[in-house]
Amino acid sequence: MQSKKEREKTGREKLQRIINTCKSVEERSLDPFLIDVKTNINEVKEYFPEWTIPEDLCLDAETIHHVASVVKLQGEWVKHRSTSLYTDPFLLEEKLTRLTKTEIIETFVKAWHPIIELEQITLQSLAEATTYWLNLLPIDERWKENPPNEVEIGSATREELVQERILRDKAFSEELENFWQELKNRVQEKGENGRIHYWDFVGAETYEETVHRAFMTSFLITYGYATLEIYPLEEETFIKPHEKLETNMSKKQLVSIPIAVSVEDWMKWKRGEPV
Amino acid sequence: MSKRKAQYASKLKRATHLLFYKRHTKPGVKGWELRKALGADYQKVLKLLDDYLKTLDLQVNIVFEDEKNPEKPTPEQLDRARFYITLRGEITPKESKMVGWRIDDLAGLAITISYIISKKGKATRKEVEELLREKLPGWKVSLNIDRYIRYGYLTEDESDQLYLDWRTRAEVDQKALIDLILSK
Repeated sequence: MQSKKEREKTGREKLQRIINTCKSVEERSLDPFLIDVKTNINEVKEYFPEWTIPEDLCLDAETIHHVASVVKLQGEWVKHRSTSLYTDPFLLEEKLTRLTKTEIIETFVKAWHPIIELEQITLQSLAEATTYWLNLLPIDERWKENPPNEVEIGSATREELVQERILRDKAFSEELENFWQELKNRVQEKGENGRIHYWDFVGAETYEETVHRAFMTSFLITYGYATLEIYPLEEETFIKPHEKLETNMSKKQLVSIPIAVSVEDWMKWKRGEPV
Repeated sequence: MSKRKAQYASKLKRATHLLFYKRHTKPGVKGWELRKALGADYQKVLKLLDDYLKTLDLQVNIVFEDEKNPEKPTPEQLDRARFYITLRGEITPKESKMVGWRIDDLAGLAITISYIISKKGKATRKEVEELLREKLPGWKVSLNIDRYIRYGYLTEDESDQLYLDWRTRAEVDQKALIDLILSK
């Protein structure tokens, strides 16, 4: 009596053999009826209870797939045999090898109706082509490279560079320092406990200016010039300036806090409503 | 000439120009192109042209996208079909030289087409090469198959299987060819 392992091994080999036979029929256009589908299916059935690991189940599925392809080919084969075009290939091959070249040609030309196609120049197309030629610029003119515009070397003033938006009005760090100072002043004027309500600081006359201030504030916080105090239950956010720049911020676990600065919020703030 | 007759005479000329002159890489004209150029009654124009060509031993031939010719083609099938002018009758073996074929090459083509038909429309290149090698010099066999592919008689897939292509479907009466070979 075979052990389970031996039986599994034999089963795998049998399935692989079925796959290979089916493949050879599919690829080499052999007669699909050379394969006994019933016997093969019985073999697949017989070994199916043995399979426990996914690899074996895949092999089983692959076998079924190839047997199914052969059944499909058998269907097509029967269909083709029933058509008027069916001829026994062996008989035809035999006939073809027996025929002489002349006989083959004589036969073929009786069933061959070559396509008639013309390629001819007409007077009208010649006239059109001549007109085109006359209007065509010489090749050295058409392919002439545009020389680069020569620009005299000169110097630009700082104001010109600011106007061209190459340089900002102020250096960014300078702008940030001024903004920090403004925050400290505002906290002194309007703040409580060394902090100010976020919207009371970023809010400005126009929405654009408000967005710009919110953008600058984000840098104040990121670079350690200030910090945020958030009270989720009260839905309140305060900004608190540091007295000195805190450079050891990067050592701490940093978190990103998104704050929406929408037009609606800005309008609410303008109307004095809580944001 | 009545206005209607003059209109059809003009359409007939236009159809002749479209069908005889090669406009694309492949010869022939698609149904939708004919409909666009000749109008919705282009089938009627083609029928008139076909009748006229009969006296010249030529015909208007339709090759549908699917291999089988539908009994009653739908307008969509006709739009996608390709229309050609082909020889109506037969040419003599001597005349085949005028079409630009050497007798050996044409015999090779005939054998290849017949063999592929007998194999349900596909055969491996190796099998066809072996068959051709029986009567053609070995060095020529592969070159010839490549030529048949280039001309559109055959097509080949990535697994070296050869199939009949558009030109065979347009030019060769497959059933007649098999019957003729078997009757030899």
